Amino acid sequence: MTDSIKILAEIKGEVVTFKSLIRHPMETGQRRDEQTGELIPAHFIREVTVEHRGHVVMTALWGTGISANPYLSFKFRGAKAGDPVRLSWVDNRGTSDTLLAEIITAD
Amino acid sequence: MNGTRRRWLQGALALAGGFGPQLWGAPVSRRSNAAFAASEVDVALRELLGVTRADLIRTDKLRLNVPAVAENGAIVPLTATADLDRVELIAILAADNPHPLTSSYAIPAGTLPYVSTRIKMRATADVLAVAKCGNRIYYTARRVEVSVGGCS
Repeated sequence: MTDSIKILAEIKGEVVTFKSLIRHPMETGQRRDEQTGELIPAHFIREVTVEHRGHVVMTALWGTGISANPYLSFKFRGAKAGDPVRLSWVDNRGTSDTLLAEIITAD
Repeated sequence: MNGTRRRWLQGALALAGGFGPQLWGAPVSRRSNAAFAASEVDVALRELLGVTRADLIRTDKLRLNVPAVAENGAIVPLTATADLDRVELIAILAADNPHPLTSSYAIPAGTLPYVSTRIKMRATADVLAVAKCGNRIYYTARRVEVSVGGCS
């Protein structure tokens, strides 16, 4: 999967507010196909990590209870504008994606 | 056998370190598959943190912003914020979901005790935010009325 991630990382004062959106179906494995009646197999992101300069600032562990096209926001200190920040995810099929973004100054 | 040995080792290490009562949960940044597979809140909490709901300390210092009424259970936005020191983990559970544990978040030093996401809810139920601070586990709960369930 490519281009599944959007990141907005804005610093205001000392605090970075990190916001991300991931394009992913987050199938629970409990839904049935409306036409065939067959169960749609579970397909969901299990783990999201966000790194700032090689340091993990967030590990999000997810189950099937996270909405499709997941949103994740959190806040951290110790960064400055222009610093790189990387989000990576991996799902229950072993599919993964990663995106590097730059911290920008909030308006 | 391995699990028994690990527990014994954890216990021995805890005693050696003088940490007092030790919680038997998973490390905060390692995914406990058993906790996510659990179909009851108590089982999820036991697998995740080594506690049951009765062990949790209710506090207003943990705030959970969720809508009182969710039109669509497939997308329930929420934000959890803690005014507590040294929060290591925040977990979000929807009590009536087939698998109540929706997510858990490891909060390292430097990261604020704040997470915002969107969860699915099967039906009207309590949503719990849980925060682990050392050996203390705090929680707060909010009732969310769900018009159309989001799991099926």
